Amino acid sequence: MSEDNAVFSRPRRLWQLFSTFFRIGAFTFGGGYAMIPLIQREAVEKHHWVTDDDVLEIIAIAESTPGPIAINSATFVGYRVAGVLGSACATLGVVLPSFIIILLISGLLREFQDIRAVKYAFYGIRAGVLALVLKSLWTMYRKCKKSPVAYAAMAGAFVAAAIFDFHVLIIIIACAILGLMVSLLSERRKS
Amino acid sequence: MIFLELFWTFFKIGLFTFGGGYAMLPLIQQEVLNRNWATNEELINFVAVAESTPGPFAINMSTYVGVEQGDIFGSFCATLGVMLPSFIIILIVAKCFEKFKTNRIVAGCMTGIKPAAIGLIGAAVVSIGETVFFPAGVTAAVFGTAALWVSLGIFLVMAVLAFRKVHPILIICLSAVAGVAAGYLLDLSL
Repeated sequence: MSEDNAVFSRPRRLWQLFSTFFRIGAFTFGGGYAMIPLIQREAVEKHHWVTDDDVLEIIAIAESTPGPIAINSATFVGYRVAGVLGSACATLGVVLPSFIIILLISGLLREFQDIRAVKYAFYGIRAGVLALVLKSLWTMYRKCKKSPVAYAAMAGAFVAAAIFDFHVLIIIIACAILGLMVSLLSERRKS
Repeated sequence: MIFLELFWTFFKIGLFTFGGGYAMLPLIQQEVLNRNWATNEELINFVAVAESTPGPFAINMSTYVGVEQGDIFGSFCATLGVMLPSFIIILIVAKCFEKFKTNRIVAGCMTGIKPAAIGLIGAAVVSIGETVFFPAGVTAAVFGTAALWVSLGIFLVMAVLAFRKVHPILIICLSAVAGVAAGYLLDLSL
Protein backbone atom coordinates (compact mmCIF):
# COMPACT_ATOMS: atom_id res chain seq x y z
CA MET A 1 0.00 0.00 0.00
CA SER A 2 1.45 3.40 -0.98
CA GLU A 3 1.57 6.26 1.47
CA ASP A 4 -1.18 8.15 -0.33
CA ASN A 5 -3.37 5.15 0.08
CA ALA A 6 -2.70 4.98 3.79
CA VAL A 7 -3.78 8.59 4.18
CA PHE A 8 -7.00 8.22 2.20
CA SER A 9 -7.86 4.69 3.19
CA ARG A 10 -9.28 5.51 6.61
CA PRO A 11 -12.20 7.74 5.51
CA ARG A 12 -12.86 5.31 2.70
CA ARG A 13 -12.91 2.36 5.05
CA LEU A 14 -15.31 4.19 7.35
CA TRP A 15 -17.61 4.87 4.41
CA GLN A 16 -17.37 1.23 3.35
CA LEU A 17 -18.28 0.09 6.84
CA PHE A 18 -21.27 2.42 6.90
CA SER A 19 -22.56 1.49 3.47
CA THR A 20 -22.00 -2.25 3.92
CA PHE A 21 -23.88 -2.37 7.20
CA PHE A 22 -26.56 -0.09 5.78
CA ARG A 23 -27.15 -2.74 3.11
CA ILE A 24 -27.17 -5.49 5.73
CA GLY A 25 -29.71 -3.56 7.78
CA ALA A 26 -31.87 -2.86 4.76
CA PHE A 27 -32.04 -6.44 3.53
CA THR A 28 -32.55 -8.60 6.59
CA PHE A 29 -36.02 -9.18 7.88
CA GLY A 30 -36.71 -10.27 11.42
CA GLY A 31 -33.21 -9.32 12.52
CA GLY A 32 -31.02 -11.39 14.79
CA TYR A 33 -29.62 -14.56 13.33
CA ALA A 34 -31.09 -13.82 9.91
CA MET A 35 -28.31 -11.27 9.64
CA ILE A 36 -25.39 -13.67 10.15
CA PRO A 37 -25.17 -15.13 6.60
CA LEU A 38 -25.20 -11.63 5.12
CA ILE A 39 -22.45 -10.46 7.50
CA GLN A 40 -20.45 -13.52 6.51
CA ARG A 41 -20.75 -12.73 2.83
CA GLU A 42 -20.01 -9.01 3.11
CA ALA A 43 -17.49 -8.81 5.94
CA VAL A 44 -15.64 -12.09 5.39
CA GLU A 45 -15.82 -12.99 1.72
CA LYS A 46 -16.07 -9.58 0.09
CA HIS A 47 -14.10 -7.18 2.27
CA HIS A 48 -11.91 -9.61 4.28
CA TRP A 49 -12.49 -7.51 7.37
CA VAL A 50 -12.82 -10.52 9.65
CA THR A 51 -12.41 -14.29 9.35
CA ASP A 52 -14.97 -17.09 9.60
CA ASP A 53 -13.66 -17.80 13.09
CA ASP A 54 -14.30 -14.19 14.04
CA VAL A 55 -17.92 -14.56 12.94
CA LEU A 56 -18.35 -17.60 15.18
CA GLU A 57 -16.81 -15.60 18.01
CA ILE A 58 -19.16 -12.70 17.32
CA ILE A 59 -22.12 -15.05 17.65
CA ALA A 60 -20.75 -16.41 20.91
CA ILE A 61 -20.22 -12.90 22.28
CA ALA A 62 -23.60 -11.68 21.06
CA GLU A 63 -25.23 -14.51 22.96
CA SER A 64 -23.64 -13.57 26.25
CA THR A 65 -23.85 -9.79 26.01
CA PRO A 66 -27.06 -7.78 26.12
CA GLY A 67 -28.66 -6.11 23.15
CA PRO A 68 -29.66 -6.91 19.59
CA ILE A 69 -27.32 -9.23 17.68
CA ALA A 70 -27.23 -6.77 14.78
CA ILE A 71 -25.82 -4.00 16.97
CA ASN A 72 -23.39 -6.36 18.66
CA SER A 73 -21.92 -7.65 15.42
CA ALA A 74 -21.79 -4.26 13.68
CA THR A 75 -19.97 -2.75 16.65
CA PHE A 76 -17.54 -5.68 16.81
CA VAL A 77 -16.67 -5.74 13.10
CA GLY A 78 -16.44 -1.95 12.96
CA TYR A 79 -14.04 -1.91 15.89
CA ARG A 80 -11.81 -4.57 14.32
CA VAL A 81 -11.60 -2.64 11.05
CA ALA A 82 -11.27 0.96 12.20
CA GLY A 83 -11.47 1.34 15.97
CA VAL A 84 -14.17 3.20 17.86
CA LEU A 85 -15.06 5.45 14.93
CA GLY A 86 -15.39 2.36 12.75
CA SER A 87 -17.84 0.75 15.15
CA ALA A 88 -19.86 3.96 15.24
CA CYS A 89 -20.10 4.00 11.43
CA ALA A 90 -21.05 0.33 11.17
CA THR A 91 -23.66 0.58 13.92
CA LEU A 92 -25.18 3.74 12.48
CA GLY A 93 -25.36 1.99 9.11
CA VAL A 94 -27.16 -1.09 10.41
CA VAL A 95 -29.70 0.96 12.37
CA LEU A 96 -30.55 3.66 9.84
CA PRO A 97 -32.67 1.64 7.36
CA SER A 98 -35.16 0.38 9.96
CA PHE A 99 -35.22 3.77 11.64
CA ILE A 100 -36.19 5.53 8.40
CA ILE A 101 -38.68 2.88 7.29
CA ILE A 102 -40.50 2.80 10.64
CA LEU A 103 -40.68 6.60 10.76
CA LEU A 104 -42.38 6.52 7.35
CA ILE A 105 -44.70 3.64 8.24
CA SER A 106 -45.83 4.84 11.67
CA GLY A 107 -47.78 7.74 10.18
CA LEU A 108 -49.53 5.41 7.73
CA LEU A 109 -50.41 2.96 10.51
CA ARG A 110 -52.11 5.67 12.53
CA GLU A 111 -54.03 6.90 9.51
CA PHE A 112 -55.34 3.54 8.38
CA GLN A 113 -55.93 1.75 11.66
CA ASP A 114 -59.63 2.64 11.89
CA ILE A 115 -60.56 1.33 8.47
CA ARG A 116 -62.70 -1.79 8.74
CA ALA A 117 -60.59 -3.95 6.40
CA VAL A 118 -57.40 -2.96 8.23
CA LYS A 119 -58.98 -3.86 11.57
CA TYR A 120 -59.92 -7.29 10.21
CA ALA A 121 -56.44 -7.75 8.76
CA PHE A 122 -54.77 -7.01 12.11
CA TYR A 123 -57.32 -9.22 13.87
CA GLY A 124 -56.05 -12.10 11.72
CA ILE A 125 -52.42 -11.00 12.01
CA ARG A 126 -52.49 -11.03 15.82
CA ALA A 127 -53.42 -14.72 15.75
CA GLY A 128 -50.56 -15.31 13.29
CA VAL A 129 -48.11 -13.43 15.52
CA LEU A 130 -49.07 -15.65 18.44
CA ALA A 131 -48.11 -18.65 16.29
CA LEU A 132 -44.79 -17.04 15.32
CA VAL A 133 -43.81 -16.23 18.90
CA LEU A 134 -44.77 -19.74 19.99
CA LYS A 135 -42.56 -21.20 17.25
CA SER A 136 -39.62 -19.02 18.31
CA LEU A 137 -40.17 -20.08 21.93
CA TRP A 138 -39.95 -23.73 20.86
CA THR A 139 -36.75 -23.07 18.86
CA MET A 140 -35.13 -21.36 21.86
CA TYR A 141 -36.22 -24.18 24.15
CA ARG A 142 -34.63 -26.79 21.89
CA LYS A 143 -31.35 -24.88 21.66
CA CYS A 144 -31.08 -24.34 25.42
CA LYS A 145 -28.82 -26.70 27.36
CA LYS A 146 -31.01 -28.70 29.74
CA SER A 147 -30.08 -29.14 33.38
CA PRO A 148 -31.94 -29.04 36.70
CA VAL A 149 -30.87 -25.39 37.11
CA ALA A 150 -32.10 -24.54 33.62
CA TYR A 151 -35.51 -26.11 34.26
CA ALA A 152 -35.75 -24.32 37.62
CA ALA A 153 -34.92 -20.94 36.06
CA MET A 154 -37.35 -21.55 33.19
CA ALA A 155 -40.23 -22.55 35.44
CA GLY A 156 -39.42 -19.93 38.05
CA ALA A 157 -39.25 -17.12 35.49
CA PHE A 158 -42.50 -18.23 33.88
CA VAL A 159 -44.44 -18.42 37.14
CA ALA A 160 -42.96 -15.17 38.48
CA ALA A 161 -43.88 -13.28 35.29
CA ALA A 162 -47.16 -14.90 34.24
CA ILE A 163 -48.78 -15.40 37.64
CA PHE A 164 -47.11 -13.02 40.10
CA ASP A 165 -46.38 -10.23 37.59
CA PHE A 166 -42.86 -9.66 38.94
CA HIS A 167 -40.71 -7.11 37.19
CA VAL A 168 -38.79 -8.69 34.31
CA LEU A 169 -35.49 -7.10 35.37
CA ILE A 170 -35.74 -8.61 38.84
CA ILE A 171 -36.43 -12.04 37.36
CA ILE A 172 -33.43 -11.82 35.02
CA ILE A 173 -31.08 -10.66 37.78
CA ALA A 174 -32.33 -13.35 40.18
CA CYS A 175 -31.81 -16.09 37.58
CA ALA A 176 -28.33 -14.76 36.76
CA ILE A 177 -27.39 -14.99 40.44
CA LEU A 178 -28.89 -18.47 40.67
CA GLY A 179 -26.90 -19.64 37.63
CA LEU A 180 -23.70 -18.07 38.94
CA MET A 181 -24.01 -19.60 42.41
CA VAL A 182 -24.80 -23.08 41.14
CA SER A 183 -21.92 -23.08 38.64
CA LEU A 184 -19.42 -21.74 41.20
CA LEU A 185 -20.57 -24.33 43.75
CA SER A 186 -20.27 -27.24 41.33
CA GLU A 187 -16.82 -25.99 40.33
CA ARG A 188 -15.70 -25.97 43.95
CA ARG A 189 -17.05 -29.48 44.48
CA LYS A 190 -15.02 -30.73 41.49
CA SER A 191 -11.72 -29.32 42.74
CA MET B 1 -39.60 14.84 30.38
CA ILE B 2 -40.70 12.38 27.73
CA PHE B 3 -37.40 12.31 25.81
CA LEU B 4 -35.36 11.38 28.84
CA GLU B 5 -37.94 8.79 29.84
CA LEU B 6 -37.88 7.24 26.35
CA PHE B 7 -34.10 7.13 26.37
CA TRP B 8 -33.86 5.64 29.85
CA THR B 9 -36.63 3.08 29.30
CA PHE B 10 -35.10 1.76 26.11
CA PHE B 11 -31.61 1.89 27.60
CA LYS B 12 -32.86 -0.53 30.27
CA ILE B 13 -34.46 -2.70 27.60
CA GLY B 14 -31.21 -2.79 25.63
CA LEU B 15 -29.18 -3.54 28.71
CA PHE B 16 -31.27 -6.44 29.97
CA THR B 17 -32.17 -8.47 26.91
CA PHE B 18 -29.88 -11.24 25.84
CA GLY B 19 -30.12 -13.03 22.52
CA GLY B 20 -31.94 -11.83 19.48
CA GLY B 21 -35.47 -11.55 18.24
CA TYR B 22 -38.33 -12.01 20.64
CA ALA B 23 -36.08 -12.16 23.72
CA MET B 24 -36.80 -8.45 23.96
CA LEU B 25 -40.57 -8.85 23.93
CA PRO B 26 -41.30 -9.51 27.64
CA LEU B 27 -39.38 -6.46 28.85
CA ILE B 28 -40.76 -4.19 26.11
CA GLN B 29 -44.24 -5.41 26.95
CA GLN B 30 -43.85 -4.64 30.63
CA GLU B 31 -42.18 -1.25 30.27
CA VAL B 32 -44.44 0.01 27.48
CA LEU B 33 -47.71 -1.23 28.98
CA ASN B 34 -46.87 0.12 32.44
CA ARG B 35 -46.34 3.57 30.96
CA ASN B 36 -49.49 3.39 28.81
CA TRP B 37 -47.39 4.03 25.72
CA ALA B 38 -49.37 1.40 23.84
CA THR B 39 -51.98 -1.28 24.44
CA ASN B 40 -51.08 -4.96 24.28
CA GLU B 41 -53.13 -5.17 21.08
CA GLU B 42 -51.14 -2.36 19.45
CA LEU B 43 -47.88 -4.01 20.51
CA ILE B 44 -48.86 -7.33 18.93
CA ASN B 45 -49.90 -5.52 15.74
CA PHE B 46 -46.53 -3.87 15.71
CA VAL B 47 -44.67 -7.16 16.17
CA ALA B 48 -46.11 -8.09 12.78
CA VAL B 49 -44.99 -4.77 11.29
CA ALA B 50 -41.50 -5.23 12.73
CA GLU B 51 -41.37 -8.75 11.34
CA SER B 52 -42.28 -7.59 7.84
CA THR B 53 -39.93 -4.63 7.68
CA PRO B 54 -36.15 -4.95 7.45
CA GLY B 55 -33.79 -4.43 10.35
CA PRO B 56 -33.45 -5.58 13.94
CA PHE B 57 -36.65 -6.06 15.92
CA ALA B 58 -35.38 -3.86 18.78
CA ILE B 59 -34.71 -0.89 16.51
CA ASN B 60 -38.11 -1.19 14.85
CA MET B 61 -39.77 -1.28 18.26
CA SER B 62 -37.87 1.65 19.75
CA THR B 63 -38.37 3.81 16.66
CA TYR B 64 -42.10 3.10 16.63
CA VAL B 65 -42.77 3.68 20.33
CA GLY B 66 -40.49 6.73 20.25
CA VAL B 67 -42.18 8.40 17.29
CA GLU B 68 -45.63 7.76 18.75
CA GLN B 69 -44.70 9.37 22.06
CA GLY B 70 -42.29 12.11 21.06
CA ASP B 71 -42.17 12.45 17.27
CA ILE B 72 -38.85 12.23 15.43
CA PHE B 73 -36.71 13.34 18.34
CA GLY B 74 -38.53 10.86 20.58
CA SER B 75 -37.73 8.00 18.20
CA PHE B 76 -34.14 9.18 18.06
CA CYS B 77 -33.87 9.10 21.88
CA ALA B 78 -35.52 5.67 22.20
CA THR B 79 -33.36 4.14 19.46
CA LEU B 80 -30.16 5.64 20.82
CA GLY B 81 -31.13 4.25 24.23
CA VAL B 82 -31.70 0.71 23.00
CA MET B 83 -28.43 0.50 21.06
CA LEU B 84 -26.08 2.27 23.46
CA PRO B 85 -25.65 -0.57 26.03
CA SER B 86 -24.58 -3.15 23.43
CA PHE B 87 -22.39 -0.61 21.69
CA ILE B 88 -20.48 0.23 24.88
CA ILE B 89 -20.28 -3.35 26.11
CA ILE B 90 -19.02 -4.70 22.77
CA LEU B 91 -16.33 -2.02 22.63
CA ILE B 92 -15.12 -3.15 26.04
CA VAL B 93 -15.36 -6.84 25.14
CA ALA B 94 -13.58 -6.37 21.81
CA LYS B 95 -10.59 -4.99 23.70
CA CYS B 96 -10.27 -7.88 26.11
CA PHE B 97 -12.01 -10.65 24.24
CA GLU B 98 -9.91 -13.59 25.39
CA LYS B 99 -10.50 -12.80 29.04
CA PHE B 100 -14.20 -12.35 28.49
CA LYS B 101 -14.62 -15.62 26.63
CA THR B 102 -13.25 -17.69 29.48
CA ASN B 103 -14.71 -15.62 32.30
CA ARG B 104 -16.37 -17.97 34.80
CA ILE B 105 -18.65 -15.31 36.19
CA VAL B 106 -20.10 -14.38 32.80
CA ALA B 107 -20.53 -18.04 31.90
CA GLY B 108 -22.16 -18.77 35.26
CA CYS B 109 -24.67 -15.94 34.93
CA MET B 110 -25.58 -17.07 31.43
CA THR B 111 -26.55 -20.55 32.66
CA GLY B 112 -29.34 -18.80 34.56
CA ILE B 113 -30.24 -16.02 32.13
CA LYS B 114 -30.75 -18.14 29.02
CA PRO B 115 -33.42 -20.43 30.49
CA ALA B 116 -35.00 -17.45 32.27
CA ALA B 117 -35.47 -15.76 28.90
CA ILE B 118 -37.38 -18.85 27.75
CA GLY B 119 -39.67 -18.75 30.79
CA LEU B 120 -40.27 -15.03 30.22
CA ILE B 121 -41.17 -15.52 26.57
CA GLY B 122 -43.51 -18.29 27.71
CA ALA B 123 -45.24 -15.74 29.92
CA ALA B 124 -45.37 -13.32 26.97
CA VAL B 125 -47.06 -16.02 24.88
CA VAL B 126 -49.74 -16.36 27.57
CA SER B 127 -50.41 -12.62 27.64
CA ILE B 128 -50.46 -12.39 23.84
CA GLY B 129 -52.88 -15.34 23.82
CA GLU B 130 -55.19 -13.54 26.22
CA THR B 131 -55.22 -10.43 24.03
CA VAL B 132 -55.73 -12.42 20.84
CA PHE B 133 -58.52 -14.67 22.05
CA PHE B 134 -60.14 -12.62 24.82
CA PRO B 135 -59.63 -8.96 23.92
CA ALA B 136 -62.50 -7.92 26.21
CA GLY B 137 -61.64 -10.30 29.05
CA VAL B 138 -62.69 -13.88 29.78
CA THR B 139 -66.44 -14.22 30.26
CA ALA B 140 -68.88 -17.02 29.50
CA ALA B 141 -70.41 -14.96 26.69
CA VAL B 142 -67.09 -14.82 24.84
CA PHE B 143 -67.28 -18.54 24.05
CA GLY B 144 -70.38 -17.98 21.93
CA THR B 145 -68.74 -15.40 19.66
CA ALA B 146 -67.52 -16.20 16.18
CA ALA B 147 -64.53 -13.87 16.70
CA LEU B 148 -62.98 -16.24 19.25
CA TRP B 149 -63.35 -19.36 17.13
CA VAL B 150 -62.10 -17.71 13.96
CA SER B 151 -58.96 -16.41 15.66
CA LEU B 152 -58.42 -19.82 17.24
CA GLY B 153 -58.69 -21.38 13.78
CA ILE B 154 -56.26 -18.88 12.24
CA PHE B 155 -53.82 -19.47 15.11
CA LEU B 156 -53.88 -23.26 14.72
CA VAL B 157 -53.34 -23.17 10.94
CA MET B 158 -50.53 -20.61 11.26
CA ALA B 159 -48.90 -22.59 14.07
CA VAL B 160 -48.75 -25.66 11.81
CA LEU B 161 -47.26 -23.53 9.01
CA ALA B 162 -44.77 -21.88 11.38
CA PHE B 163 -43.53 -25.24 12.65
CA ARG B 164 -43.14 -26.35 9.03
CA LYS B 165 -40.77 -23.41 8.59
CA VAL B 166 -42.98 -21.35 6.32
CA HIS B 167 -41.51 -17.83 6.11
CA PRO B 168 -42.83 -15.44 8.82
CA ILE B 169 -43.78 -12.75 6.31
CA LEU B 170 -45.87 -15.25 4.36
CA ILE B 171 -47.56 -16.30 7.60
CA ILE B 172 -48.39 -12.68 8.40
CA CYS B 173 -49.81 -12.12 4.90
CA LEU B 174 -51.94 -15.28 5.08
CA SER B 175 -53.22 -14.31 8.54
CA ALA B 176 -54.20 -10.88 7.24
CA VAL B 177 -56.07 -12.38 4.28
CA ALA B 178 -57.82 -14.88 6.57
CA GLY B 179 -58.77 -12.11 8.99
CA VAL B 180 -60.23 -9.90 6.26
CA ALA B 181 -62.10 -12.77 4.59
CA ALA B 182 -63.58 -14.09 7.83
CA GLY B 183 -64.34 -10.56 9.03
CA TYR B 184 -66.48 -9.65 6.02
CA LEU B 185 -68.04 -13.10 5.54
CA LEU B 186 -69.18 -13.39 9.15
CA ASP B 187 -69.64 -9.64 9.61
CA LEU B 188 -67.56 -9.75 12.78
CA SER B 189 -67.78 -6.83 15.15
CA LEU B 190 -64.39 -6.17 16.75
